[in-house]
Amino acid sequence: MSEAGDRNGIIQKLSQVDRRLIYLVVLVCAVVPLVIGARVTLSVSPPVRGLFDAVEELPPGSYVYLAADYDPGSLPELYPMNIAFVEHLFSKDIKIIAASLWAPGPPLSQRVFDDIAPRYGKVYGRDYVNLGFKEGREAVMVSVAEDLRRTFPEDYLGTPYGEIPMLEGIDNLTDVSLIVNVSAGYPGIKEWVQQIATRFDVPIGGGVTAVSGPEMYPYIQSGQLVGLLAGMKGAGEYEQLLGKPGLGLAGMAAQSSVHVAVIVFIVLANVFYFIERRKKL
Amino acid sequence: MKPLTLIVSGIVLAAGIVGVATGGVDSQVFGTWVAALLTLAIFSFLYKDNPVYKMAEHIFIGVSAGYVVALEYWNVFIPNLWNPLVSGGNYILLVPFALGLLLFTRFSPRASWLSRWAIAAMVGSYAGFAVIGALQGDLIAQVRASMIPIYSGEAVASMSLAENTNEYIFAFLGVVQNPLTIIGLLTTLIYFFFSREHRGSLGVASRVGIWFLMISFGASFGYTVMSRVSLLIGRLHFLLSDWLGVIQ
Repeated sequence: MSEAGDRNGIIQKLSQVDRRLIYLVVLVCAVVPLVIGARVTLSVSPPVRGLFDAVEELPPGSYVYLAADYDPGSLPELYPMNIAFVEHLFSKDIKIIAASLWAPGPPLSQRVFDDIAPRYGKVYGRDYVNLGFKEGREAVMVSVAEDLRRTFPEDYLGTPYGEIPMLEGIDNLTDVSLIVNVSAGYPGIKEWVQQIATRFDVPIGGGVTAVSGPEMYPYIQSGQLVGLLAGMKGAGEYEQLLGKPGLGLAGMAAQSSVHVAVIVFIVLANVFYFIERRKKL
Repeated sequence: MKPLTLIVSGIVLAAGIVGVATGGVDSQVFGTWVAALLTLAIFSFLYKDNPVYKMAEHIFIGVSAGYVVALEYWNVFIPNLWNPLVSGGNYILLVPFALGLLLFTRFSPRASWLSRWAIAAMVGSYAGFAVIGALQGDLIAQVRASMIPIYSGEAVASMSLAENTNEYIFAFLGVVQNPLTIIGLLTTLIYFFFSREHRGSLGVASRVGIWFLMISFGASFGYTVMSRVSLLIGRLHFLLSDWLGVIQ
């Protein structure tokens, strides 16, 4: 067979490669960096820096409303953010009021608190509280902004609102300095912006899954969000600013190597496509 | 093959539950093993469709449905309706309770029209919230945010203050952000302007609008890939750390 024939044969085989081979390459690209503990240094983007700075500027003793609107389905992207936010807020001696509009949210918040609070000597009810889940989506957002006690008469553990020391004098969202939302979809950060940011003038920032990131960036440009973390990369950037490498940074080396593989596959697929098209012409 | 798979997995699951109940097996270890094996069962679909994958899929749907029902019962029905009604004597809640019950009339073709009252109440209230939110949060705020100067002296000044390449790149992007936003907004709006044929200068602007749309679709797709890869990494991290203990 001629040299051109050999080349055509190889191209033919490569253009019809078994998809399982692609899965295998992606698997190897993801596993190897995790096993060898590879680390990457990320460039911190302005939206992430914006939220970090907003928290940094809060004086000790301020209150932050942490809305954990996510579920285990988006754990790899959002749980590292939740951890990073709580670490940052505790390190600044800021009190956290956590609540959720997603039913599986409160146990995830509680898990973060249980892991981190002892390291900072924080006490439940004095430094942080988990108000649990409330059904009602946008209606609950507005209700929280108007009357927190009426919306959550008791906390996640069943303690009446009036018996929680840190909530004395906290009546609604105008008493908190910042809303931080960890959002996996609807209801989430978009609805917090629409219902609360303009009407109640409380600064809002937060983290979203990468897939919904592009939809939220206009709210940064309009000043309706003080900052935004998008996906695992956003979590990694925040951890880097915080100086506490966690699950976000740990996954970014694997993320990068898979991206390189995907880019290579896209380029190869296009090269083969154009070669085959030229042969047909 | 399918009944055998179900029988074997049923025996393994039952043995595990008995082990946990009698204290012979640590519930944390048992839970990790169940989660790991179900993860592998779902991953097996990447090779080809198989009964193990189907079993894991059915378990997921069944457990999810049961979990949601229990969650809604304890987190919504009891605290929001039952307790205020029975213990608090808040009888106005009988109205939403009755509307909720009307939704079950959908099971009867003759009485299903009654469910429209409840659906109308839900649609009406949520439409009200959505309209207010869209107007205040999106339309007015975004239109206002689009009225920006093409040239930003502040952004140009920040370029000269940049201390490293990274800061310089972000500062440069800040300089081109306003012109790009204005051009992108206008050309994209022109693309969706169908009252005149897209020819001449309108056609050129429309084609530029398509480019902006394509770039935004590409960015969205890139973010989607990143999101899906994150989910894979999350599962692999669980398998390698919690289950196998290969990484810390």
